[in-house]
Amino acid sequence: MAIDWQAFWLTLRLAITVSAVLLALGLPIAYWIAYSRWRWKFLVEAVVALPIVLPPTVLGFYVLVALGPRSPIGRWWISLTGHTLAFTFGGLVIGSIFYSLPFAVQPFAASFAGVDRKLMAASATLGASPLRTFFRVIAPLSVPGLITGTALSFAHTMGEFGVVLMVGGNIPGVTRTVSIDIFDRVEASDYVTANATALLLLVLSFSVLAVVYGLNRKAWVVGPVK
Amino acid sequence: MEHIAKNLACVLIVACILANPAAAFAQQTKNGTELVVAAAADLSTALKEISDSFEKKTGVSLKLSFGASGALTQQIQNGAPFDLFFSADMDYPRQLITAGAADGTSLYEYAVGRLVLWVPTDSALDLDHKGLKVLLDPSVKKIAIANPQHAPYGRAAVAALKHAGIYDQVADRLVLGENVSQAAQFVESGNAEAGLVPLAHAVAPGMQGKGKYWEVRADFYPPLAQGLVILSHSQHKKEAAELVEYLKTKEAAELLRKYGFTLP
Repeated sequence: MAIDWQAFWLTLRLAITVSAVLLALGLPIAYWIAYSRWRWKFLVEAVVALPIVLPPTVLGFYVLVALGPRSPIGRWWISLTGHTLAFTFGGLVIGSIFYSLPFAVQPFAASFAGVDRKLMAASATLGASPLRTFFRVIAPLSVPGLITGTALSFAHTMGEFGVVLMVGGNIPGVTRTVSIDIFDRVEASDYVTANATALLLLVLSFSVLAVVYGLNRKAWVVGPVK
Repeated sequence: MEHIAKNLACVLIVACILANPAAAFAQQTKNGTELVVAAAADLSTALKEISDSFEKKTGVSLKLSFGASGALTQQIQNGAPFDLFFSADMDYPRQLITAGAADGTSLYEYAVGRLVLWVPTDSALDLDHKGLKVLLDPSVKKIAIANPQHAPYGRAAVAALKHAGIYDQVADRLVLGENVSQAAQFVESGNAEAGLVPLAHAVAPGMQGKGKYWEVRADFYPPLAQGLVILSHSQHKKEAAELVEYLKTKEAAELLRKYGFTLP
């Protein structure tokens, strides 16, 4: 029995990178969804929610073909970086960003929408710009939602399989994530290692989530609690 | 509130009444037997045509499931309800016979597969003169093969690379497809510059004009003798045996040859 620690480290790196990017990317999208009053906003919300419904194989397919070397975007990417999106860590990150997007944006948007408008109005009357209001009023009051969104996108990426199977190429240390490793072990009839690896992934993911939700309890929230 | 529940109950009852005759009707129109077949991915084109002509002859239709031989063996050992298994080697069928999942007397070598080096049509690589050595070219950044852990063609690819003495130099550029179809797809989409795939894939009608291939010499890898077995839990062993007999006919042999297989 040989547990592939490289795969664990790779999967952790992927999950952390994707959660960090989604925190940065998700905040402006969530802000717009929470506060915009555009009548076609529901279409944007549907697009953001799409990755929940689409099978990961569809996302993988698009990274492989629609963003592949035969497409204009793919060719631009190659001219920029010298290699394809597929079979690289970067390709996995981009696929995972789409895959976990709704899991970050929806909790963010929900908690922004839940902030008392009167506080935002008060902040504006005191002369704060929308950006200042965001950082000093909205964000601190939305900490539970921000933590939930980040934790969910982390967990979702840890468990990702379909996208990685489609575009990863199973390269050890680069694209062989834990889920692929478990799949390989089962196919090779190595149930002992598959079991051990799966259990380890379960314990690791549970521990991380327990810590995150533990820190997220009401005791730590800043400001008035509903 | 009550009349909503009553309406819902009426709708459900009507739906149940309508569903039953529909189900019975569906059963009646399917009066021919159906064989569920697990097959190695390299047969994905050949077996479809063989299945069509077999159905025309006997009325028995085939439901085909393609994948890596190792993956299919796993599923069968864990009770997957197949009638026949067409592997890309002889070892996986033997493994099933030993495990009691397949009939020992039904083992039959139905074809010999060939490995080829395949590149997209617009590739500048000179396959005919350099053969496998083109893989050392710096423009070849990724080489696609099937996963050697559970695909016989993947093992053959590794053997061929080792025999040619270039395995160590190209090992870090290999990308593994879950089965030979995925490996071929990596090359076809341009994401890998070259791949070692079955001849069956390179000559398939859908692939014509999409790439050029070079046959790897047969002595570079252990022969890909492909065997089939009838599975122990099959409910249609008579029809399965008919299919095996059909494969021994001239008609079937021609079809297999058309798709790049040689007969043992």
